Amino acid sequence: MWEYTDKVREYFLNPKNIGEIENPDGVGDVGSIVCGDALKLTLKVDKETGKITDAKFQTFGCASAIASSSALTELIKGKTLDEALKIGNQDIADFLGGLPKEKMHCSVMGKEALEAAIDNYRGIERPVEEEGKLVCKCFDVTEEKIRKVAIENHLTTVDEITDYTKAGGGCGECQSDIEAILKDLWALKAPEKPVKPKKLTNLQKIALIQEIIESEIRPGLQADGGDIELIDIEGNKVVIAFRGMCSGCVKSGMTIEGIQTKLRELVSEDLVVETQ
Amino acid sequence: MKPVYLDNNATTAVAPEVFEAMQPYLTEFYGNPSSMHTFGGQLHRKIEDARDSVAGLLGAEPEEIIFTSCGTESDNTAILSAIESVPGKRHIITTRVEHPAVRSFCKHLGRKGYRITFLPVNHQGQLNIDDLMKALNEDTVLVTIMYANNEIGNIYPIEEIGAILRERQILFHTDAVQVMGKIPVDLKTLPVDMLSLSGHKLHAPKGIGALYVRKGTRFHPYLIGGHQEKGRRAGTENVASIIGLGKACALATGNIDKESNYLSNLRDKLEVSLLKTCPDSRVNGDVASRLPNTANLSFEYVEGEAILLRLNEYGICASSGSACSSGSLEPSHVLRAMGVPFTAIHGSIRFSLSRYNTGEEIDKVIEIVPKIIKELRLLSPFGRDDAGKKIACTS
Repeated sequence: MWEYTDKVREYFLNPKNIGEIENPDGVGDVGSIVCGDALKLTLKVDKETGKITDAKFQTFGCASAIASSSALTELIKGKTLDEALKIGNQDIADFLGGLPKEKMHCSVMGKEALEAAIDNYRGIERPVEEEGKLVCKCFDVTEEKIRKVAIENHLTTVDEITDYTKAGGGCGECQSDIEAILKDLWALKAPEKPVKPKKLTNLQKIALIQEIIESEIRPGLQADGGDIELIDIEGNKVVIAFRGMCSGCVKSGMTIEGIQTKLRELVSEDLVVETQ
Repeated sequence: MKPVYLDNNATTAVAPEVFEAMQPYLTEFYGNPSSMHTFGGQLHRKIEDARDSVAGLLGAEPEEIIFTSCGTESDNTAILSAIESVPGKRHIITTRVEHPAVRSFCKHLGRKGYRITFLPVNHQGQLNIDDLMKALNEDTVLVTIMYANNEIGNIYPIEEIGAILRERQILFHTDAVQVMGKIPVDLKTLPVDMLSLSGHKLHAPKGIGALYVRKGTRFHPYLIGGHQEKGRRAGTENVASIIGLGKACALATGNIDKESNYLSNLRDKLEVSLLKTCPDSRVNGDVASRLPNTANLSFEYVEGEAILLRLNEYGICASSGSACSSGSLEPSHVLRAMGVPFTAIHGSIRFSLSRYNTGEEIDKVIEIVPKIIKELRLLSPFGRDDAGKKIACTS
């Protein structure tokens, strides 16, 4: 069960500004019933002052989608269009006292609807998304959206992108594409690879190998139901044992090679990995 | 507020009789059944009594029952045992609608070099026996098909499938977690080699399950260690829960027809009423061959998690196949395999009943659900009013 704040619950159970404004000045229609959430935002704008005098929403979606939509309408009413455009998805989430991270995409949907409605009011044609740029086919997410949301929210991992845009959360096929986009996006700021220590004492070497097995190798094996144990280190020979699903697994040959490559890369070129 | 608990395919209440039977084994009789002293050793007899009760409900021999920790362990054990028993063969047949305990494990084996056939289902969630026949081949080591589906309640033709497989001498496992106590199972005549069950779906506690292994079936244990369960499942026995499972099975034995009748009457009343009062709703599943306690309904234009959380405000517990109510963003694999349109999957709600539900509770649900659906459709850009007209909303 999701941990929703009282404010999310309140805005879900008794949402404000439900419905559709008749003869609206701006309409923002985002999402689709197939994707699992959709929001139609209608605005009334005072042409003299540029202020949003009324905002109503209709949402198909889960509790946090409904609460985020209602929160959005509360946030923008009385603001000028330029002020409203400064509202980010994080502001919607903050207004609600926070959203579960897996539900952040609901706040992103709110932000998108707002931008669409204001563009509509200003007569700006929204670009038709190019087929080639579609990254996640399950939830219709474009590369442009992934980049935009990643920059706005400082997202660096595929999981975060899924939480904020749903991209990669369906069949999962596009996860490597998302990773590539993130790599490209943050290329300048990406943390550098750990520098290989020059000369290690035997003790340092053992400690380092142990640490790499713990942090780099074990989690992956455990995710597959297996495990690894460091048995001994004699000179350049690293003796390991596979446990659980890994023992006797057809892929263990491949795994040993992977482990050896990793240890050679991070510790010392001359290491040889063997099983017990 | 006492909840109206209609989520019994997720888990059930421990029967008071079961709790009472278990209590002494959590307090006074805490010994280890493997001990030489009477204090511990006497528990061995109690475990065997429980085994008799489980076997009794299944029409099995007591020595064909192995106690495990849960349905998932039983399923995993059965599959691993099968592939270890016939090491040369590497093809497994299952379905697209299995519980994750089988489905994810088969996918895992698929990544380890096994070839897995996931049999499709039609719009009602039914299997086509021809698909099974076509999938069978020389390399097939195991067929594992659930007895009944947890989401939609469909009962699969286990007897027919078993007969086909027995003729070809191919191992057959069935995950019967959802059927225990709801429909009669008689392994004297049912051609199944292995069968999984779980305590907490049957008014026993969580953390106890059993695996039936037909006498003569080659078996390889999953948990290796002590001699418990005749070396077929190591680990000190969960004595109290085993007693509890035995009691739950004894309670179910002989009452299945009566209980099944009671459940299907309540279920049908709920279903018929909601289909009538909520326009644009539908039943998911095979209404001709379903568990008596399960109703899976889809309400168009509204989203399942929103329905559940509004029901929650009235203390009504149900579940949904919608993406948002699961941990992932993936909507129900069962409803997708059936080709249920996404719009209907997002608004799917499963009500699953137990012997403890009453007519008054069902009346309450019949009153509340249409109200919630109407409210949420008012919120929805896709909502319609009773006349099928798009609503011009004035909140």
